[in-house]
Amino acid sequence: MNEAPQTAAPMQHRGLIGDQPLPPPDAVAAVRKIRRESGFPVGWLIAPAALWLILFLVLPLIGIVVFSFWKSQTGGMVPAFSFEHYAAFFSVDGFFDATSRNFLTPGVFARTLWTTFRFTLTVMFFCLVIGYPVAFFLSMQVKAFKWQLALFLLAMVPFWTSYLIRAVAWLPMLGRRGLLNKALMGLGIIDKPTSFLLYSEFGYTMALVQLYVVLCVGPIFFSLAKIDRAIIEAARDMGANSWQVFREIIGPLSLPGVAIGMIFIFVMIMGEFATAVVVYGGKTSTTGTVILNYYAIANYPFAAVNAIMLMVAMMIGVVIILRIVDIRKEL
Amino acid sequence: MARWTKRRTKALGVKTGFSVYYMLFIVFIYGPMIAMFILSFQGRRGGTSFPMRGFSFYWWNRLLEPSTVGDLQGALGRSLILALVVMVITAVFSTMLAMAFRKRFVGAGVLFYTVMAGLMVPGVLLSLGLATLLRQIGLPPAWWYSGLGVHVVWTLPFGFLVMMAVFNRFDASLEEAARDMGASEWTVFKEVTLPLILPGIVAAGLFGFTLSYDEFARTTLLAGELNTLPLDINAQMTQRIRPTLFALGTASTILSIMMIGLFLVVYTALYRRSH
Repeated sequence: MNEAPQTAAPMQHRGLIGDQPLPPPDAVAAVRKIRRESGFPVGWLIAPAALWLILFLVLPLIGIVVFSFWKSQTGGMVPAFSFEHYAAFFSVDGFFDATSRNFLTPGVFARTLWTTFRFTLTVMFFCLVIGYPVAFFLSMQVKAFKWQLALFLLAMVPFWTSYLIRAVAWLPMLGRRGLLNKALMGLGIIDKPTSFLLYSEFGYTMALVQLYVVLCVGPIFFSLAKIDRAIIEAARDMGANSWQVFREIIGPLSLPGVAIGMIFIFVMIMGEFATAVVVYGGKTSTTGTVILNYYAIANYPFAAVNAIMLMVAMMIGVVIILRIVDIRKEL
Repeated sequence: MARWTKRRTKALGVKTGFSVYYMLFIVFIYGPMIAMFILSFQGRRGGTSFPMRGFSFYWWNRLLEPSTVGDLQGALGRSLILALVVMVITAVFSTMLAMAFRKRFVGAGVLFYTVMAGLMVPGVLLSLGLATLLRQIGLPPAWWYSGLGVHVVWTLPFGFLVMMAVFNRFDASLEEAARDMGASEWTVFKEVTLPLILPGIVAAGLFGFTLSYDEFARTTLLAGELNTLPLDINAQMTQRIRPTLFALGTASTILSIMMIGLFLVVYTALYRRSH
């Protein structure tokens, strides 16, 4: 940097505050070189984390793929290259004891994955509908920064608490003698307790929405907060009403946040299994519970096949979301 | 003038509507937790739902008895140790990674997506993969290594994103100035970089601690013989549910919230000092 005296290289460019001398190219190159060579060596900085990720993320995933082709055997599995478990995933003919009524339905596992997927979509929809106005309120209507921060943190605190415990907390709410039944009866909507709340699709969906809605409030809030208020003001000055402002400006500009929130929720709920057990009483299976059940009975290859199918479904979902919204330019 | 006032009243109405909606939302996300909190003081003969039959600390006291709920104290201790270790590793790794990403290097893209994959891969998959792998090797899983491993995989992306954001707003000329004055790399880091990024490191650590402390799915198959707290809570749910579980849930939630509060205080103090 010292070799770049102010008088040398009188190249000019028109700056905002007037013409300024451009630094000579060799000085620019020298600065770049210094920047590249200064600081700790990259190799040392990334090595520990990279090693950790290989051990605890990459190898387990490779393991799942490999094991899904192995054959299962009493108390373990043996190396093989067989598609029998993939076949079983889509059709279980002869896979189970034929007298077992619960299992001998063709494609029960593929259907479980489909049910999981459908549930996830429903929950995503409700999370968006419920969470978006909250993010909108916090970013657009709360003006004082202190209040914005406080109210945002209040809405986000559940993210840092245990979702398992929050699932448990639903138990006194649902149920025949639960709070919701009492409230509905108190309001005169129903005259005797209904059982459609606990261990039902409705209660399960509601609990999932409550558990995961905060995940989309955050990203949507951040992308709404980034919108330049001048654009909105300009649109208003040109006579746009609130709906037009939302449809033309706020909506499109908040899409990246929506996409990130939706991907987040999608990924979380597709792999969900604990809530299903707690508030659905294990009456339904999600692909997550299927995986754990087959692990428990030591049929590891089949658990691995289910895991791979889950992963494939998730990738398809994420790709679809990314096709609709390009978030890369926003990051 | 009249039109202006009309527009203002309307805006006020919209704002009130949204405020009410926000409050309903808060009731929705906190309501069940508060009900659980109240029910944990259920009388001795009371059940797991309303009405309250008296008020007592009976179920809270049962938390302290070792025999009733398995190895609760042990599980809590293990969860706390694990969370602290994950916190430190997350803070260190994400700082190192973010510092590496300030420069371009071969494989940066692959590394970035691998870190992010930790966020995307469902816990149950990671649990299954590592558990079967360890089984084939013949190594029994235990919370302090296999549990720790997958916890860091989960918390690292959060810390990494925090630190990336910190370095995006970082003024590198301060470091260059220190280097020009002849400071060694370590001195530059210790005297210039670290004080400026410390609030970010604390935030990364918060993600590490809380996410690990609450993590259930990733530990399911990997904790080995000794449970962490979420696993213990889950084990209790398979038995008959009693208000003890609510007391435990409340205690654990209070601990989480206290940790968040502590981190916020530390973060604000550091942030003020670094600016």
